[in-house]
Amino acid sequence: MLKKIAALLAVGLLATTGSAFAETLINGAGATFPYPLYSKWFSEYAKIDKEVKFNYQSIGSGGGIKQITAQTVDFGASDKFLSDEELKGAPGKLLHIPTVMGAVVVTYNIPGAPKGLKLRSDDIANIFLGKITKWNDSRIADDNPGVKLPDKPIIVVHRSDGSGTTSIFTDYLTNISKEWSGKVGKGASVKWPVGLGGKGNEGVAGQIKTTENSLGYVELAYAVENKLAYATLMNKEGVFVEPAIKSITAAAAGAVKHMPADYRISLVNQPGKETYPIVGFTWLLVYEQQKDKVKGKKLSEFLTWSLHNGQKMAAPLLYAPLPESVGKMVEKTIKGIKY
Amino acid sequence: MSDMDSAPLTDRRMIKGDAIFKGVILALAGSILLILLIMMFEMVKESLPAIKKFGGRFLLGREWDAVQGEFGALDFLYGSVVSAVLAILLATPLSVGAALFITDIAPRKVGNVIAPIIELLAAIPSVIYGLWGVLVMAPWLQQSVQPWLIEHFGFLPFFQGAPYGVSMMAAVFILMIMIIPIITSITKEVLLAVPVSQKEAAYALGATRWEMVRMALIPYARSGVLGAVILGLGRAIGETMAVTMVIGNTPQISLSLLAPAYTMPSVIANEFAETTSKLHASALMEVGLILLVVTLIINIMARLLIWSVTRGDTGARA
Repeated sequence: MLKKIAALLAVGLLATTGSAFAETLINGAGATFPYPLYSKWFSEYAKIDKEVKFNYQSIGSGGGIKQITAQTVDFGASDKFLSDEELKGAPGKLLHIPTVMGAVVVTYNIPGAPKGLKLRSDDIANIFLGKITKWNDSRIADDNPGVKLPDKPIIVVHRSDGSGTTSIFTDYLTNISKEWSGKVGKGASVKWPVGLGGKGNEGVAGQIKTTENSLGYVELAYAVENKLAYATLMNKEGVFVEPAIKSITAAAAGAVKHMPADYRISLVNQPGKETYPIVGFTWLLVYEQQKDKVKGKKLSEFLTWSLHNGQKMAAPLLYAPLPESVGKMVEKTIKGIKY
Repeated sequence: MSDMDSAPLTDRRMIKGDAIFKGVILALAGSILLILLIMMFEMVKESLPAIKKFGGRFLLGREWDAVQGEFGALDFLYGSVVSAVLAILLATPLSVGAALFITDIAPRKVGNVIAPIIELLAAIPSVIYGLWGVLVMAPWLQQSVQPWLIEHFGFLPFFQGAPYGVSMMAAVFILMIMIIPIITSITKEVLLAVPVSQKEAAYALGATRWEMVRMALIPYARSGVLGAVILGLGRAIGETMAVTMVIGNTPQISLSLLAPAYTMPSVIANEFAETTSKLHASALMEVGLILLVVTLIINIMARLLIWSVTRGDTGARA
């Protein structure tokens, strides 16, 4: 009896180790923002290529950068691009591969007010600087005739945890307001002049939902899923634009002319009449020279797939696909990965 | 004769076994100390850049700006200490009362039902408390409790400002709810350990129930109850998730309980994953170090307190 069990166990062990050998495991870590899309990609890709398995930990952009720099993962993911200094700190040449784009929306809760409140960029900067304090301030009211704005203080909510969302949003504020860039600046966590801090998208959304006359910022997908009202913002050309897949993709199209070869570019406040102003790329970080031949090949195959089939899965999940022109550039970059 | 021979043999075996046992236990106990020391060493090492750059300014500084690279931890220290102490002040009478009710006042059957329910509360993950706090309690505070307080007690500095819901008050309430089960269940065990003879003696002398509690029960259980309170305080000061969700995460020192605040564990949890520079990470590490030191100070003070209370006392120790 015992012998039988032992034999069975041995067979079982052989079987599991055998299958593990056939399967390449590729580890990644980083940004939480694109996680829903990436996990969809990985599960779809598993059906196409059964020999590779992706494991992605959404630990945040900062963690992704740290882990890929320390080479504890095969690829990193980040919502902010690495600084020159950070790139120098990496043991090899790190490539930024843009995957999709996302938007940050200004969301609010005013009882009785309709969706799509119109806000100028100056207004947003002034609200977050604490210079516009009431909803019925003429600077807001003038752009929104017919909307009954309350004579109540604006309760500002921001992210308390360091995040790529905050990075993109403060990048935008820095871009449009000299005062903001002088006083506060941009980063994953900044010293906010006013407002309450909510932890995570859910913390900000929760506080806005339950607090009347509040205003904050979250990712577009999060606002849509949670049915939060979000504002229509004035872009660089002076047109009020609603955040949508089309207006987000337009931001990258607007940036094509001066797109650097390493894609390290901020997409906030880009030119173009249809462009929504608070947009950012999200990148995968991979080494140009791959150490492991099999992993490098599989990774590069996957990246090519994500550029074609993967892009089609983006829009339903409220991520904006790359414009064609950028996609062609990225394809060349992926071909440059050596293994 | 054979008995005499075998006796020393077993003795020797026992001595050998004892030595091994002693060694193993010593290693286990030592490893705990070692872990603490390594942790301390690592934290000091990691926070050295911040310690060198800011020195004492870190402890008393009130600027926290990751973009400019300027860090001071006073606001977080204030938030942690005040929220934990207030929570303890509110939770202690409630918990001791609940424990007394279970052990000495309620009919045994009722007590047997209530006790496990309270202990069950201790097993709820803190993120659940936090979610409940931010989705249910904070709006309730904002719409009902805080406006009422402002209207009736607004002249006091503790209840001034706008009602945001998320606030120091919300954090204190969440912490209070979270530590009540801990203090209650330990206090209950301590009270149960009081010999029945002690109580009966008090009754025999003609004591009322209150006099029995005051003269026989409490003095006997005093040090144990204090120990329970200290455990609660430790939990309160280290609590991260639930507090982060309801405190508003705004570094400031305000007397008003309605104002948002920030605690040390919260700022670490919020910012550590996405630190913007080495100095930022180092500053957060130093906040962790301060938290460790504060916890140590509280524990030492608690030991001294228990020691001074129980000196010359024949009461039970917990």
